[in-house]
Amino acid sequence: MPEHIVTAYDKELETLGRKIAEMGGIAEKMLSDAMDALIALDVDLARGVVASDPRLDLLQREIEESSIMTIARRQPMAVDLREIVAAVRVSGDLERVGDLAKNIAKRAVKIATEPRVPRAVIGLKHMNELAATQLKDVLDAYAQRDTERAQAVWIRDGELDALEDSVFRDLLTFMMEDPRNISFCTHLLFCSKNIERVGDHATNIAETVFYLVTGGTLPLDRPKDRNAAAAFSAALTEH
Amino acid sequence: MTDNGQNRADPAHKVVIRDLKFYYGDALALNNVSLPLRTNKVTAFIGPSGCGKSTLLRVLNRMYDLYPHQRAEGEVLLDGDDILKPDQDLNLLRSRIGMVFQKPTPFPMSIYDNIAFGIKLYEKLPKREMDQRVEQALRGAALWTEVKDKLAASGLSLSGGQQQRLCIARTVAIHPEVILLDEPASALDPISTARIEELIDELKAEYTIAIVTHNMQQAARVSDYTALMYLGELIEFDDTKKIFTSPAKQQTQDYITGRFG
Repeated sequence: MPEHIVTAYDKELETLGRKIAEMGGIAEKMLSDAMDALIALDVDLARGVVASDPRLDLLQREIEESSIMTIARRQPMAVDLREIVAAVRVSGDLERVGDLAKNIAKRAVKIATEPRVPRAVIGLKHMNELAATQLKDVLDAYAQRDTERAQAVWIRDGELDALEDSVFRDLLTFMMEDPRNISFCTHLLFCSKNIERVGDHATNIAETVFYLVTGGTLPLDRPKDRNAAAAFSAALTEH
Repeated sequence: MTDNGQNRADPAHKVVIRDLKFYYGDALALNNVSLPLRTNKVTAFIGPSGCGKSTLLRVLNRMYDLYPHQRAEGEVLLDGDDILKPDQDLNLLRSRIGMVFQKPTPFPMSIYDNIAFGIKLYEKLPKREMDQRVEQALRGAALWTEVKDKLAASGLSLSGGQQQRLCIARTVAIHPEVILLDEPASALDPISTARIEELIDELKAEYTIAIVTHNMQQAARVSDYTALMYLGELIEFDDTKKIFTSPAKQQTQDYITGRFG
């Protein structure tokens, strides 16, 4: 895209993009560290996650403030306007991802002293791998303005929801087997909810990427089963 | 030129411009411009200086007839009738299509006479009715409360923003159907500009409006449809919302985001 006549305007937009990228990196690392800490019950790693959160919050605030200033100063139009709205939205989603990771890390610290149920963590690990991929893919889609990739993330969120259901059933089983598992498993239940929400934020970002690139919006409802999703995906790509 | 009557039947299109070309001598200033002005809507024309947007406005009420060597080709249909036809009655046309210019142009006479002057050209009215018409026009241009106690004062004694609203009042006084505004607020302060924009919003209930503006935010604020022109061509014409949030053409995008122009 050609540059703006006012070069300071380009710099403002570049800075926004750079800050989003930094937020994305921090959120991804917080999530993976939080999960590693949960699996290994590594209290130091967990505390590191908690300590990263203020940086993420600060970046979000900076992005919001500079977006507001750019809107006031430049009266952005069309793609620039969408760019700024997208930055505000994505930074909000990433800040929440950080909060969710922080919550997982705090729970890792708490359950470190509880009786362990190693089997219970396996399903969660799967969930987290999928959520991490979703987050990574959607951040790449954002960086490359890739709507197809964003749509793929958007459709794949159904898998994460299904996985959460099965983790829920597993944890319930472990708790019924032995009441001493209840504390540990309840914390994991919250963690699985947190991971599922990370997926929702990835989906939000996917919708934002679609809006940013096309100016249009994805449908309100995502197709529920796999076949419908595949047909839907094909239709979107043709469109 | 045959008229298939398609647009005649469409009351939603007050004016239909079709394949319009305009020449200043040999220089082509408008090249095959086609678009409608929708009834009771505001259509904004934007584009860099020299793109032809003011020329287009001048064609719409045949201002160019005052100058030799200027000619238009194509069709401009007002309610289905081509106003470019040589036998078009220009006085009648200009009573149906009024125009307001960039600089306020009050006549050097009283506020009252500024309004009454135009009406007298077309109608003979008893004093009482004339008073009503003047008041109505001044109210219509949101100027009445400010001038009602000094109607005998010179139009030139008003502020720039008031003068511009006086010109709008003069235009609406003769009950036109279409109002052309050529950068009506570019010489005004922000408060007067806001008043004019508010007024445009009110006027469109009764009139079809075309506005040329260099202020893109103004176009985004006041218009329902926006046309981007460049080098005498119509680049894109669409809903204002679409043009300013996700235009179809790269050129439009570059212009409205300040990347060229």
